[in-house]
This record gives sequence, structure tokens and C-alpha cells, in this order.
Amino acid sequence: MMGPDIPWYLAIAAILFSIGVAGVLLRRSPLIVLLSLEIMLNSANLAFVGFSRLFGEMDGQVFALAVMAVAASEVCVGLGLIVAMARRNLALDGVLLTELRG
Amino acid sequence: MANFLVWVVWLLAAGACIGTGLRVVTASNPFSSALSLIGNLASLAVLYLLASGEFVAAAQVLVYAGAVMVMFLFVIAYLGGRADAPWAGGTRLIQTASVISAVALLAVTFVALMLNAGGRLSDEEEVTRAFGSPAEMGRLFLTDHLLAFEITSVVLLVAAVGGVVLAMRSRAEALLDAGEAHT
Repeated sequence: MMGPDIPWYLAIAAILFSIGVAGVLLRRSPLIVLLSLEIMLNSANLAFVGFSRLFGEMDGQVFALAVMAVAASEVCVGLGLIVAMARRNLALDGVLLTELRG
Repeated sequence: MANFLVWVVWLLAAGACIGTGLRVVTASNPFSSALSLIGNLASLAVLYLLASGEFVAAAQVLVYAGAVMVMFLFVIAYLGGRADAPWAGGTRLIQTASVISAVALLAVTFVALMLNAGGRLSDEEEVTRAFGSPAEMGRLFLTDHLLAFEITSVVLLVAAVGGVVLAMRSRAEALLDAGEAHT
């Protein structure tokens, strides 16, 4: 195979996943949390594509496309929730949204 | 020579990937976060291409960088200044803990990679030119993975309906607004 071996792809996937985790844990804005979630899903996709190339099976790429569809649905529902929060004049702030806290 | 060029493109794409990813998490303006994510998705598409996932790369640009991110940008524009939420949450202790846990996760995955690199992870199978091509993907989707394909379409439909229902004004709210407008 030309270019870098599969472990290089996996390393990038691992770095991206950690960046996404840091974003989800650190940021307060639900919008940025959603964006960080997208980064995590995409890093999983990169690992899927890399492994699919490693084993020479295309099932990994099929799964990557399924993950893409699920990510699109997740964005749809998440943005719907954010718009609903904005409609009800709730603060768009993960720290202040404590209504469901037991 | 060709190998060198592939390495250069790969390194550029990987660097852009990590740089834009960091920018998504650290930017204080949600617009620049979303635009950086578009760059991130585009550079990931380059990496997919180099790993012979042609169709996945095309779908990435079309579906993600095209459709999903436009939806994001629309919502950010709709929210306007309200989207500029405060930067980080929790006490300093929680912030440090979350950064440390992300770094720890990275360290664990890297150790696992290092232990396996060179051996099984490095000898790729030989693949034909058809690997990852749209024709082959279509064949797989309509034969081996037909059920997954159909389930995916149902999931997308349900999510689209759910998103509309969530964002819709309830009837009570609409009546309330109409009443306020009258008085």
C-alpha cells in the first residue's frame, strides 16, 4: 500500500476521539457539545475505514456509511432540542440546565 | 516518488484534521467552530480517499460537509447571539479532570496501538481497484446489507419527524401568543 500504514490512520482516529471527548466534557454550550460529538463519530468512521482497508473487506465501509446516517439523525434531533430550548427561553448553557437533576 | 507524494498529502490532511478538530473545541464563537468542523470533515474525506474508501469520502463531503453542516449553520444563525454560550463549564477541578481523562484515553489507545503496530496491523490485504468504489458499495447495500440499509432509512425518517416535532411550537404556546397579540 502506498503512503502510511493503517496504524497511522488509527493514531489520527485516536487523537480525534480524545479531542471530541475533551470538547464534550469541557464545553457548556450544547451546540459545541454536538459538534464535538460529530468529531467523535467521525474518528470512529476513520477507524472503520482503516480496518476495512486492513482486512480487505468492505463491510467496514458499509458500517461507516450507517454511522454517517445515524450521525445525521442525531444532529436532527439534537438541533430540534436546542431550538425547542431557545423557544422556551431556556439558557443555552449545560451548567444551568438542572431541571431534571434528582 | 509517488509514495512520497502520498505521504505529503496524508500528512497535510492529518495535520489539518487535528488542527481544525482542536479549533472546534477551543473556539469561543460557534460559527468558527462549525466552519472548522467543515474543514475537519473535508480533511477526513482526504484520509478516506487515501485508504481507498472512495464512496465513503464522497458521501462524507456530500452528506456531512454539505447537508448536516448547513443545518448546523442555519440553527446557529437562527439563535444569533444566544448561541455564544460561555466557554467552559464546572469548577477548575472539573475542567482539569476532563482534560486529564481525555489525555489518559489517548494514552491508553496509543499504548494499545503501539503493542499491535508492526505485526498484524501492518500487513494489509491486497485489494482490487473495485475496492470502495460506488458500484461495489451499491452491490453490498442491495445484497449482503439490505436489512441494515432499510433500517438506516427508517431511522433517518423517524429522526427527521422527531426533529420537526421537537422544534415545532406546541398548540398551547401558539394560542398563548395569539391571546397576547389580541390584548
